[in-house]
Amino acid sequence: MDAANLQLGPLPILAWIPLLPLLGALINLVAGRWLPKWLVSTVAILSVGLAFVLAAYLVFGPLFQEFQAGRGGIGITQTIYTWIEVGSFKAQLALRLDTLSAVMILIVTFVGMLIHIYSTGYMAHDPRYKTFFGYLNLFTGSMLILVLAANMPVMFIGWEGVGLCSFLLIGFWFENEAFASAGRKAFVVNRIGDFAFLLGMFLLFWATKDIGVAKDASLDFAALKNPAVGAAYTNGFWGGERLAAAAGILLFIGACGKSAQLPLFVWLPDAMAGPTPVSALIHAATMVTAGVYMVCRLSFLYAASTTALIVISTVGLLTALAAAFMAFAQTDLKKVLAYSTVSQLGFMFVAAGTANWTAAIFHLGTHAFFKACLFLGAGSVMHSLEHEGSTTPGDIMTMGGLRRRLPLTHITFLISCLAIAGIVPFAGFFSKDEILGGAFAVHPPGWPVWYGKLLWGGLLLGALGTAFYMWRLYFLVFAGESRSDAAKKAHESPLAMTVPLIILAFFATFVGLIGLPHIEHPELPGFFHALAHWLDPSVTHEWYATGLPGVQAIAGSESDGTTFLLMGVALLVGIAGITGAWLFYGRGPSKTVNQLVEGPLAGVYEASKHKLWFDEVYDVILVRPFKVVARGLFEIADRFVIDTVAVNGAAFVIGIFGRVSRWFQNGNVQRYLVGVVVGGALVFFMTDCHHKPTFTYKKVGNQLQLHAEPGSGIEGSGAKIYWDLDGDGQKDRDAAGNLIEKRDVTVTGDTGPITMWVEDPVTHKEVKVTQKIDSNAGAAEAQGAK
Amino acid sequence: MSSSGSFVLPLILGLPILGAIFVMCTPKTETALHRGIGMTVMVITFLVSLILVPNSHSPFFRPDVPGFQALFDIEWIPGLGAHFKVGVDGISVFLVLLTTFLMPLTLLGTGRAIDKHVREFIAAMLVLETGMLGAFVALDLFLFYVSWEVMLIPMYLLIGIWGGQRRLYASIKFVIYTMVGSLLMLVAIFYVYVQAGSVLGGYTTDLERVLTVALPHHAQVWCFAAFALAFAIKVPLFPLHTWLPDAHVEAPTAGSVILAGVLLKFGIYGFLRYAMPLFPHGAAVWAPVISVLAVIGIIYGAFVAFAQDDVKKLVAYSSVSHLGFCALGVFALTSYGISGSIFAMLSHGLTTGGLFLGIGVLYERRHTRRLAEYGGIWKQMPVFSGLFLIVVMGSAGLPALSGFVGEFLTILGTFIAGDTLPQGYGFPMPRLLGALAATGVVLGAIYLLWMFQKVFFGKLDKAKNGRLKDLDGRELGTFIPLVIGIFLLGLFPQPLLVVMKPAVDKFTQDFKTRVAECDGPAHTFGTGKCDANTKAEAEVQKTLDSLARGAAGVQKTIGGAAAGNAGSPGGAGDAGSARPTP
Repeated sequence: MDAANLQLGPLPILAWIPLLPLLGALINLVAGRWLPKWLVSTVAILSVGLAFVLAAYLVFGPLFQEFQAGRGGIGITQTIYTWIEVGSFKAQLALRLDTLSAVMILIVTFVGMLIHIYSTGYMAHDPRYKTFFGYLNLFTGSMLILVLAANMPVMFIGWEGVGLCSFLLIGFWFENEAFASAGRKAFVVNRIGDFAFLLGMFLLFWATKDIGVAKDASLDFAALKNPAVGAAYTNGFWGGERLAAAAGILLFIGACGKSAQLPLFVWLPDAMAGPTPVSALIHAATMVTAGVYMVCRLSFLYAASTTALIVISTVGLLTALAAAFMAFAQTDLKKVLAYSTVSQLGFMFVAAGTANWTAAIFHLGTHAFFKACLFLGAGSVMHSLEHEGSTTPGDIMTMGGLRRRLPLTHITFLISCLAIAGIVPFAGFFSKDEILGGAFAVHPPGWPVWYGKLLWGGLLLGALGTAFYMWRLYFLVFAGESRSDAAKKAHESPLAMTVPLIILAFFATFVGLIGLPHIEHPELPGFFHALAHWLDPSVTHEWYATGLPGVQAIAGSESDGTTFLLMGVALLVGIAGITGAWLFYGRGPSKTVNQLVEGPLAGVYEASKHKLWFDEVYDVILVRPFKVVARGLFEIADRFVIDTVAVNGAAFVIGIFGRVSRWFQNGNVQRYLVGVVVGGALVFFMTDCHHKPTFTYKKVGNQLQLHAEPGSGIEGSGAKIYWDLDGDGQKDRDAAGNLIEKRDVTVTGDTGPITMWVEDPVTHKEVKVTQKIDSNAGAAEAQGAK
Repeated sequence: MSSSGSFVLPLILGLPILGAIFVMCTPKTETALHRGIGMTVMVITFLVSLILVPNSHSPFFRPDVPGFQALFDIEWIPGLGAHFKVGVDGISVFLVLLTTFLMPLTLLGTGRAIDKHVREFIAAMLVLETGMLGAFVALDLFLFYVSWEVMLIPMYLLIGIWGGQRRLYASIKFVIYTMVGSLLMLVAIFYVYVQAGSVLGGYTTDLERVLTVALPHHAQVWCFAAFALAFAIKVPLFPLHTWLPDAHVEAPTAGSVILAGVLLKFGIYGFLRYAMPLFPHGAAVWAPVISVLAVIGIIYGAFVAFAQDDVKKLVAYSSVSHLGFCALGVFALTSYGISGSIFAMLSHGLTTGGLFLGIGVLYERRHTRRLAEYGGIWKQMPVFSGLFLIVVMGSAGLPALSGFVGEFLTILGTFIAGDTLPQGYGFPMPRLLGALAATGVVLGAIYLLWMFQKVFFGKLDKAKNGRLKDLDGRELGTFIPLVIGIFLLGLFPQPLLVVMKPAVDKFTQDFKTRVAECDGPAHTFGTGKCDANTKAEAEVQKTLDSLARGAAGVQKTIGGAAAGNAGSPGGAGDAGSARPTP
C-alpha cells in the first residue's frame, strides 16, 4: 500500500490530524453555548486524543516502514489542494510526515491531550469554560498545521494561527486590562518576527523560483532541500555574504519572535497572564519551540551559511544566560518558569546554531515534558492556594512546606527539577549534555576555532544558573515551613490534574534514554540512540560549502574519554547549582540573601528583577516614540499640513474669490449701476488711450511693406483705410482712379512721410496718422506711436 | 443601430435603476414597502449576477478567456461615437460580484437605522449600485465617465442627508475632491478622443479601439497624470486622502460600507483598466512617484490610524494603509502583485465592510464611536465579539483568512519585481519597497488589536455598556455571510486567482509591449518607428542628440558674438529710431 495515497473519508489521512482538533474547536466555539460542560470537554479531549492515536498509527505504521526503507526523510507527503498559485508561485496545501515532524506531532498531540485533561480540573469553575476548550483545540490544530506543513506558506498558516491563539489565551481573562495588553503584546511582538519571516520566505522564493524542481512546489521543504536548488543558497547576495545568510537570518528573526529569543523575548514573561494550562501547553511545551523546529526543518539552508549559524548560536547563548539571570530575582512562580523557558529555548538555539539539529529537537522534546510538568505542577500549587483564599497564589514568598500537603505535585515537580538541572539519569541531563557536547566539538567552516568552546563554557554557566534558580524555586515552594495560612491549609488537586502530572513526570524521567551520547565502549543497543537515528534522514549532515574539498561532515566527534569528562563536568555543574540553592534557600528565604540583596548585590538584584530593564528601554525607544509619532503625524501632518493648509487652504483661497465676487452679485441694483458706470468708463479709457490707430512698415529689399492697424477705438473690421504714400497730403488713388482702401500696401523706392487715414464706419470720423520713414531702418519693424 | 452580445450585464445594470424608479413611485409613508422593494431588487440583482460566476462550461463567463466576456455593445450617441459597451474580464468580474453581494448585506445591516426619507434612501442606494456596476463593466470612455459621475451623486446624498453632524462639510469635501480629479480626467479623455479620432479616421470612445492608438510620450505623461489624479484621489493615495476620514465618519453605516467596500476600488481599477493601458509611457514615468506614495500610505495610514480615538476614523485610515498595498501591487507590474492587488481589494471589501457594519452595530446601541466609551463589550456581546474578531483578523492579514492572500501576493510581487520590469519603467528599489510595505503587517496588527482591546476587552465599567444586547437575527444575517466569505477567500483563493490569471497575464503582457512602443506622434500601436533598434538605444540616441544640440548652441552663441548682431531681431534702439512723430 502506498502511504502517500492513504485516505480517511474524503480527505488524505494526514489532513485529519490537524483537522480533528480544528473541528473540535469549531463545535465548541460555535455550538458550545448549547452543550453541557462534560460534552464540551469530551469533544475537546477526544479530538486531540484521536489526533494522537492517528498520529501514533501513522508514525509507527506507514512512516516506520518508509523509515526502514530509507525514506524517512522523504516521508509521506499528501496534498489536499492548491492553495495559491500565481505566476511561478505555487503553494499547495500539503502536509508532510517525515521523521522530524513525526516527533513534533507526537509531542504536540500527547502533551496537548494531557493538558486538555488537566484543564478540565483547572478550569472547572471558569465561566468561559467552553470558550477555553475551543481556543485550546484551535491552538492544537494550528500547531499541528505548523509542524506538518510541507511548505513555508502553509507553515505560516500555523505559525500565525498559534500566534492568534496565544493572543486569545493570554488575554483569556480580558477583564484585567493588563492581561489583555499582555496578549496584544505577544501578538505584536510575534508579528515583528513574522515580518522578517515573510521577507525570508520571499527571498527564498526569489532565489529558487526559476529552478526546475522548485517550480511546481514553491517553498516546499523537500524541493528547497534538493541539491539542485541548494546551489542557489551559496550565491553571493549582500555584503559578500551568501543568500543563505540573509534568508537564514531573516527567518531566524521570525523564530526569535515565536521562540522568545533576544531581543524579542519580552512578550513571554507577560504571557504568564494566561491560565496555567495555556502556559504549559503554548508557552513551554509547543508553540515557543516552533522557532527551533523551523530552524531544524531548514537545516539544509543553515548548513549553507555559517554566518547565520553564528548569529543563531550567539543569540541563543546570550538569551540562555540573560534569561537565567533574570530568573534569579523573580518571586512569581510562573515568572520563574517563564524565564526558565526562555533560557532553555536559548539552549536549543545554541544546539541549532552549532548545526546539532538532533540535540535541538531532543532538548525540545525533553523540555516539553519536564517544563509542561513544572507548569502544571505550578498550576496545581496555585490552584490549591487560590482555593484556600490566597489572593497572590503565585507568590513563592508566601509558600513553603508544600511537600507534605501536595505530595503528588511535589514528587512530580521534584523529578522535573532534577531533569531541568541536568541530573543523571533524568531526561534533561542527556539532552543538555548533547547540546554541550555538540558545542564543544563543532568546527563550522569560517568560525573562529575557539568559538565552539566559548559556547560550551557559556552554556555551562547557563546550566549552573538554571540549576540554581530552579532549585531556589523548589526550596521556596516545597521545602521549609509554610509561610502563609493558605499554604498551611493547601491540599492536593483533583485526579484530572494529578494524573497528567504523573504521566509527564514519567516521561521527564525516562525519555532521555533514547538519546544517549555515542560512545565506542561499551557499544549501546540501538534503542539508546533511537532519536538521533530516527531524525538522521530529515536533517543535513554536511556543510553546504562550495570551495571545500569533498563533502565535509558537520558532526565533530570526540573520544570516549572526552565525552565522559564532558558529562561529568555537566553533572557537577548541575549539582553545584543545586547545592548553591540549598545553601541560600534550603530553609526558605534566608537573612543572608536579604542582606546580600539589600547590600552589595542590590544593583544586580534590581537588574534581574526588572529583566535588565528591557521593557523600560523598549518603552522609551519604541513604544512612546511610536505613540508620539502616530499622534504627531495625525495632528501635524494630517490635520494641519495636509487638511488645513493644503486642502482647506485651497478651498479658502477659492472661497475668497467667491466672497469678492459675491460683493458684486448681491442683487443691489445701485451697486450694479456703479459697476456698469465704472465698467463703461473703463471701456472708454481702454479704447481711447491704449490702441490708437497706426500702421507698421517693413523694408524688404527695395520695397516698403505697409500694414494698417485701425486700433481698438473704432470698430476695426469695418474701418476704411486711406493712404497718402507720396507725401502730397492727399488720399492717393490707384491706377484705376479709385482711392486705395487696402490695409496692406507696398511701395517701391524711397518715400517721404506716409500718412494714413482711418474712417470710423459708424461716425465717419477720420483719424490721421503720419510717420516718417526711416530709410536706415533696414529690415527693422517700426512701431507706431503708443 | 447595431447591438450585439449577452443581456446579463444590461440586466444587472438595469435592475437597480428600474427599482429606484419604481420605489420613487410608491407612497412616501410606506417605509416597510420601500425597504422590501430595495431588498428584493438587490437580492435579485445579486442572484442574476451569479450567472457571471466563472465556470468552464458557462456560456457567460469562462475562466480561461483572457479578454472581455458577456459583452454587450450598442451604439449610444452616434454623433460622438459613444457606445453603450459593457463587458467583464477576470479583473472586473469579481468586483462586480463583490458589489452585488455587498449591497443587500448593507441594506440588511442598515435595518431601521435610517428612518428619515426612507424612500429616497433606497432609491439612492439603487442608483448608486447601478453607477458602481456601470463603472466596473464599462468598456467605453464616455460610458465610464458617466457612470463614474453617476455614482458620485447618490453617495453625496447618502452622506449629506443621512450623515452625522458635520455631514455637509464632509459631503461637499467628498464631492469637490472627487470632481477636481475627474474633471482633469475628462480633459485627458477629450485629448485621447481627438487624437484617437484622427489616427483611427473616425471618432470613437470605444475603449478597445482607443487602446490601439499610441500617443506621443509627453502627451502620455500629462494624460496619465490627469487620470492618475482622479484615481489617486479615489484610492486614496497619500496625501490625497483627507476626504476619506471625514466622509467615513459622517456617512451613515451603509454609506461607509459601500464607500470602503466598493467605491475605493475604483482607484485601483481605474489604473488597471484605463490609466496604465492607455498611457504606458506615462505610467512608466509616474510609477516611482505612485509606488513611493503607496508605501508611504501603507505606513502613514497605519500610524495615523493608531492615533485615532474615533473607531470609524481608525478604520478609515486603515483603508489608506490597505489600499496602499493594492496600488503598490499594481505598479510592481508582476502577475503576483496585480493578482494580489485585485484579491486584496475583494478582501478589503469584505473585511472593511464588516468592520464598518460592526461599528454600526455598536453605534446603534450606544450612539458614540469613541473608543474610550467602550471596553469589556465581549462580556456583554460574545457572539458579536467573536465575529468581529474574525473580521479584524481578516483585515490584519491572518493566514487562512482573506486578507493574507492579497497582502502576501502584493508584497511578494513588489519584492521580486526587480527581475521582470520592462526597460524604462521606473520602480525604484523593489526589495526595499517590498520590505517597507511588509512593515504594514506589523503596524496593522498594532492598530487593529489596539482598537479591539479598547472596545472588547477590559472591564465592563460603563453603565450603559452593561445593557447592550448581543446581535439579533437580522444582524447575524449580515455578519455570517461576510465571515463565511472571509474564510472562503482565505482558504480557497485559488478558484479566484485562476480566473484572474488570463486577464492579469494579458494585462502585463500588453503593458510590456505597449511600454516598449517607440515614441512619436499619435499612431497605431506597433507601427511606431524608432531611430534605434531598442528603446535603450533610443534613450542613448536622445541623450546624444541633446548633447549635440547643446554643442551647436554653444557654437552659435560664439559665432553670433563674433559676427555682430546680424541675424537677430532688432534691439530697443532700432525700434526707437523708427518711431514716427505723432
